[in-house]
Amino acid sequence: MALSSVLQTHPAGFNFDNVARNSALEGLFEGGQTPKPLKTGTTIAGVVFKDGVVLGADTRATSSEVVADKMCAKIHYISPNIYCCGAGTAADTEKTTDLLSSNLSIFSLNSGRNPRVVMAVNILQDMLYRYHGQVGANLILGGVDCTGNHLYTVGPYGSVNKVPYLAMGSGDLAALGILEDGFKHDLELEKAKELVRASIHAGIMSDLGSGNNIDICVITRQGVDYIRPYQESEYKDNRNVRYRYRPGTTPVLTEKVVPLKLEVAQEAVQHMDTA
Amino acid sequence: MEKHYTESKVKGVSTGTTILAAIFDGGVVIGSDSRASIGGEYVSSKTINKVIQVHDQIFCCIAGSLADAQAVTKAAKSHLSFHSVQMESPPLVIAAASVLKELCYKNKEELQAGFITAGWDRKKGPQVYVVSLGGMLISQSVTIGGSGSTFIYGYVDAKYKPDMTREECQQFATNALALAMGRDNVSGGVVHLVVITEKGVEHVVVPGDKLPRFHDE
Repeated sequence: MALSSVLQTHPAGFNFDNVARNSALEGLFEGGQTPKPLKTGTTIAGVVFKDGVVLGADTRATSSEVVADKMCAKIHYISPNIYCCGAGTAADTEKTTDLLSSNLSIFSLNSGRNPRVVMAVNILQDMLYRYHGQVGANLILGGVDCTGNHLYTVGPYGSVNKVPYLAMGSGDLAALGILEDGFKHDLELEKAKELVRASIHAGIMSDLGSGNNIDICVITRQGVDYIRPYQESEYKDNRNVRYRYRPGTTPVLTEKVVPLKLEVAQEAVQHMDTA
Repeated sequence: MEKHYTESKVKGVSTGTTILAAIFDGGVVIGSDSRASIGGEYVSSKTINKVIQVHDQIFCCIAGSLADAQAVTKAAKSHLSFHSVQMESPPLVIAAASVLKELCYKNKEELQAGFITAGWDRKKGPQVYVVSLGGMLISQSVTIGGSGSTFIYGYVDAKYKPDMTREECQQFATNALALAMGRDNVSGGVVHLVVITEKGVEHVVVPGDKLPRFHDE
């Protein structure tokens, strides 16, 4: 729900507007089995370095055992100086970050200021806490503002932690191993990018739910460098996504043309006033 | 994150903690460990801050569900700051503790968080209040909380004396937290202490390698 002002709070409790729609949809599927929500089964990581923040993510989205999207974008835009990586239920992370981004744009326009990372974190915390864990979004928020370079994690129940480096998602343990070993305060840009790349790579190698390419997003005072993909998977396939067949590929055996006779039943003329 | 969550009574990130507060001659020491866990087996943070400032000279320590505790302290901070603007003076420590108590008691069905509030005010000097899970509020001169507190009741009962000096009290708090962290699997990390006196507030962090060691370590 878009708010006209971020300072307005929502009415308390859950929003049950979609219950009627969901029960109607259930009737449409055989056996009443609604499709399972798409989970990102992910590895995401972030590191604070000397001049800013580096965020990284893999690009695989899974639906149970099938890879549903090989080039999914898990680093979401929040504002010109803040980006957010999301793990958990794909729809939840997508919508939560979209909502946050639009509310922050309204705030920016109203106040004339670039939003601060703490503000984004507080809004997210309030939103997720209100839903008591039902919104399955594990988010890593990173950004640069007038108070410095910040990296926060927000959990699905609404817990917040501010950290210099972080990994989340199903591949987090593998990625954290690399980060714990290689992290130092005030890293240079290239070393920081390499550290994040190596940690996502470890997640991709050790976790079935993560894979394909690696995206990197570097945020500094000067601006944002969103490198998509930063590293491509060695296991690329050369399938065509679109298949076009020449007319005549399938032989035509017989052809029958039936003209449809239509009569004009009613004619009405309405003048449009364009003055 | 489902794989981390097994059978824990707290959903999501738990502070699974050891927290403590003690009054000394002229002030109060409040402290905690720094570990946050999920499901009793995964340490989700080694450096979580559990000593939260709710006003200039009033701090509170959180235990239980991290999400619930952070939400309650945010609401409490905002109430207290409004209260202090209306009264045109800093709030009393009992006021801060009461705000937390109201929130915990009114929402006891949904919340899983407990607090220790400590601070200094002009009316009664240094004070410590405990707000438990269901919303009970009591005042004590020394108090411990969290899952790790069960291991140090004996130590606290034996070693605490009223009117200790600041250094003695700081050492007492550090020892107590170190002992609890040594025995409780969901407490650990570093020791965060905050010393509050009439003059102001001082943060002391004791990193893991500087913690006191005991005979079996």
